[in-house]
Amino acid sequence: MAELTVSDVTLGYEGRAVVKGLSFTVESGDYLYILGENGSGKSTLIKSLLGLHPVMAGSIQRGDGLEQDEIGYLPQQTDVQRDFPASVLEIVRSGLAGRCGLRPYYTKAEKTLADENMERLGITHLSRRCYRELSGGQQQRVLLARALCATQKMLLLDEPVAGLDPGASEEMYQLVDKLNQEGTTILMVSHDLQAAGKYARHILRIGEPLFWGTKDEYLEWQKGEMKDA
Amino acid sequence: MLETLQLYFSYPFVRYALIVGVLIALSSSLLGVTLVLKRFSFIGDGLSHVAFGAIAVATVLGVSNEMVVVMPVTILAAVLLLRTGKNTKVKGDAAVAMISVGALALGYLLMHLFSTSTNLSGDVCSTLFGSTAILTLSSLDVWICVIVSVLVMVVFLLFYHKIFAVTFDETFAEATGLHAGRYNLLIAVITAAVIVLAMNLVGSLLISALIIFPALSAMRLFKSFRAVILCSAVLSVVCATAGILVSILGSTPVGSTIVAMDIGVFILCWIVGKVSRR
Repeated sequence: MAELTVSDVTLGYEGRAVVKGLSFTVESGDYLYILGENGSGKSTLIKSLLGLHPVMAGSIQRGDGLEQDEIGYLPQQTDVQRDFPASVLEIVRSGLAGRCGLRPYYTKAEKTLADENMERLGITHLSRRCYRELSGGQQQRVLLARALCATQKMLLLDEPVAGLDPGASEEMYQLVDKLNQEGTTILMVSHDLQAAGKYARHILRIGEPLFWGTKDEYLEWQKGEMKDA
Repeated sequence: MLETLQLYFSYPFVRYALIVGVLIALSSSLLGVTLVLKRFSFIGDGLSHVAFGAIAVATVLGVSNEMVVVMPVTILAAVLLLRTGKNTKVKGDAAVAMISVGALALGYLLMHLFSTSTNLSGDVCSTLFGSTAILTLSSLDVWICVIVSVLVMVVFLLFYHKIFAVTFDETFAEATGLHAGRYNLLIAVITAAVIVLAMNLVGSLLISALIIFPALSAMRLFKSFRAVILCSAVLSVVCATAGILVSILGSTPVGSTIVAMDIGVFILCWIVGKVSRR
């Protein structure tokens, strides 16, 4: 069974449907790009996938041993975070908080896991630095390391290159690609068609019309759409 | 000066005041950092007015120990305020404003209509600014203060990592299996408890100052969450102790003296932060 099976889902707020008839699956190790205009229901979809917002109709099923709290999330930055006094180490370790239950401290194994993830993302040398003084690209790496502390199975990234310069964006894409090759399933929400063409295995387009398929199918379909228009 | 202090400290109520003051300062400063960062400072302000209303009701009803009434009412209000922040038509800040000024007005009205005291404005003033309350604590008050503030500190230590996670990023925490709603509730309940305690020290109008100033001062100086919390606790205790001592020596009102200390320290920290960042 696929890690995520979304069947005939209707998404919306306060009884008003934004997306109807949405169906797609995500296999383990997949790299899915989620494209869509602002207001197309992307953020509602994210919340529903994370289990924070109920779907209005249809179902989202998890399989292949994926639990609800095993989708690591890389959110867009909030105002609160921009001037938050916290060290990189504190933030990376906070990804572990969900797995402790009522235990008030982190075990040695958990701290080692945090160290390993910082090493993987090349931010070990920043561990004592203050988060708000880092560059945008470095901040994203910190949040990525935090997400990896919560889970290695699936990452959901919400426009991770928004506000980054081209160099930092490219680094970010390569980093995510590396994680994908090491076995993490990636769901990437983005505007960036070029990067989608380069890295995606599947593409989901939200809005009118809906589309879900492999990258090549998407490119074919897009040509067809353009002809019609 | 030392002799005067020695003389004062031979009275148990002065010792009580100092113990209670330090404990309240400590627990409110721990919480302050989280409240400021979560943009919840205004909830503290609203709750303190609710507590004032509750005191008025308790006075009118002639309840012998006010805290027994005020504590549960304020905690209930905290829970309600948190709920309204999310789903209702009245948005969070408007709800807080409504409840807080409402409680303030009705509280004063009740006291005015039913109070048997001969010095009404004195009573109101001391509830709002905490002028003498700290020096007239009964031993039951002291025990409640000690127990509740120790409880607040224990809860804070036990849930420190989770409180950090929820404060920094609620959505992420929720997605990875922390029940952010529960921790927000926990934070609101502790806030209510701290506010009721702090009313004894600085009165209901000045509580916010006690909660936010040490946190804001510490944030000027330090860059990690733990350092900010520790610094905020130290500053708060130092200011409270100094404020109480100065107010005894100079017979100034306790609450506003402590807050004046807090403001002074904040300005100092702000300058140091500006200079060291250059």
